[in-house]
Amino acid sequence: MAVTVLIPTPLRPFVGGRDAVELEAGSVGELLDRLTGQHAELKPHLFATDGRLRSFVNVYVNDRDIRQLAQRETPVRPGDTVSIIPSIAGGTATQVGAQHAAPLLPKLSHEEILRYSRHLILPDVGVEGQQKLKAARVLLVGAGGLGSPAALYLAAAGVGTLGLVDFDVVDKTNLQRQILHGTSTVGVSKLQSATARIHDLNPNVRVETFETRLTSENALDIIREFDIVADGTDNFPTRYLVNDACVLLDKPNVYGSIFRFEGQASVFHAKRGPCYRCLYSEPPPPGLVPSCAEGGVLGVLPGIIGSIQAMETIKLILGAGQPLIGRLVLFDALKLQFRELKLEKDPECPVCGAHPTVTELIDYQAFCGIGAEPSYDGAEITAHELRDEWQRNPALVVVDVREPHEYEIAHIDGAVLMPLGELPDRLGELDGHHEIVTHCHHGARSLKALEILKAAGFSKVRSLRGGIDAWAVNVDPALPRY
Amino acid sequence: MTLVLDARHVAAIRRHGEADYPAEACGLIGGAVEGDRKVAVQLVPLVNQRTDSARNRYLIDPESFRRAQEKLDRDGLDVIGVYHSHPDHPPAPSAFDREHAWPWLSYVIVGVGQGRAGELKSWVLAHDRGTFDEEPITSEERKVVWQ
Repeated sequence: MAVTVLIPTPLRPFVGGRDAVELEAGSVGELLDRLTGQHAELKPHLFATDGRLRSFVNVYVNDRDIRQLAQRETPVRPGDTVSIIPSIAGGTATQVGAQHAAPLLPKLSHEEILRYSRHLILPDVGVEGQQKLKAARVLLVGAGGLGSPAALYLAAAGVGTLGLVDFDVVDKTNLQRQILHGTSTVGVSKLQSATARIHDLNPNVRVETFETRLTSENALDIIREFDIVADGTDNFPTRYLVNDACVLLDKPNVYGSIFRFEGQASVFHAKRGPCYRCLYSEPPPPGLVPSCAEGGVLGVLPGIIGSIQAMETIKLILGAGQPLIGRLVLFDALKLQFRELKLEKDPECPVCGAHPTVTELIDYQAFCGIGAEPSYDGAEITAHELRDEWQRNPALVVVDVREPHEYEIAHIDGAVLMPLGELPDRLGELDGHHEIVTHCHHGARSLKALEILKAAGFSKVRSLRGGIDAWAVNVDPALPRY
Repeated sequence: MTLVLDARHVAAIRRHGEADYPAEACGLIGGAVEGDRKVAVQLVPLVNQRTDSARNRYLIDPESFRRAQEKLDRDGLDVIGVYHSHPDHPPAPSAFDREHAWPWLSYVIVGVGQGRAGELKSWVLAHDRGTFDEEPITSEERKVVWQ
């Protein structure tokens, strides 16, 4: 008595129209070898060129899938029934004409096939997905904290073209988190540093650089040439600019932002869900939300959020899984907690709503209230001036408005520590008859302190321009900079 | 071969494509071979098992295929084809369709643009698996039996 192999309808033409074949064999592997030995035309339909059973061919011994048994080694005994059961898969993605196979996507070289082999064996990527990555053009706005991991992972994944917008120079304080750059590139332009690192990682990636600030004048021209934008900016005017330009050009905007120990990410694509303005219709007043330079940021945090941005970008390119559209992921590093908020499209959204009022790019500095600040001419003093004046007038009071942990890093001898938040309650400690100079890290908070003091009636107040950083550079090189 | 698919089958496939839009709809076509014609008798609409990317992929798992085949068997029918929809794409097979195709079966594809079903075409894999060739569809008045 032999083993019965049940043949599904699509394969019957290759076995003389029969619905079953009787064969002698000891294992499934042996059985299939005999079957394809007798009916050679079956082979390409059952096995891929590498000899493995095709993913959509399922073999059952009696009622059990051999994938749950011993695969090819699964034993078969006389009287057993082996069924070949199709699973059927397909779908859109690339269109091919009846006579041609996928001519639109770029081919992969042997080097690329080897490099991306861990992708190629993933069913959701495969050769077609890798070719889509190669054909993709992704623009990274900012080559800093978020742009670093995003650029590295996108380059490693084989995204064919990466555009980078940045106008900064690598600074030593960047290296705590901006892993795209290194000690050897301190003082070099970020774009130059990034290009070298990306090409070292993957020479197949074409890097297109835009050494400029993204503005209302150039944003549409730059973004238009790309498929997806990953926003790694650190300021509100650019974030609104990127959002509006992406809505106007119908580009997905993969968003991430970080502050201290927390981060958030989403994918804004107005055609399929909300945009950044649906989430935050207006920017916060200037100065309310400190930048990373003012507030600090945990170095690993942009690594996590920027990697999420890279992941979402790749998913959009592949068309795989569920994109982060209509969802905002909030990450808290201290609790190690991810939360998710559902985002709705705002029908009244000024850019992507039913009746948009923003139909072209606007002045984003003004929109974010920047540039409307009062002029501080004459209210500031340079580090050199302060040193000279302090020597002449030891009664001059220097008020350090930074936080105590910053004071611990470095402080100016003789300065009084009064953190900005405590200042309104501690005005009584200051004598309005003396000259007062406020200082902070870089000179922004001390201007706010100056306003508080002026409003309280202090008239002889000035602010140290450039803060303790300028003092360390120009007056006291023994102080560490941070 | 020619696929015989009557007007009610066509209407049913189009309706299924519209109902599942923007996901891909899929199902099996049960029927019988008569000479050089595959005659559709009964449609077996199935649930697309690809929940991860149902907008551009469909999957009929072996268990669903088996159950449908057993049912058709009882009616003396065979699986003669598969139908699926291409949301917002024309009814032409993709490279993915071709790589995953079975020979002989009719692959009926309906394009569904913006939720409205459009053209319907049938394709058959070439024996060398290299191409998908369009297969003529003819219409004949026959009884449609839904599962």
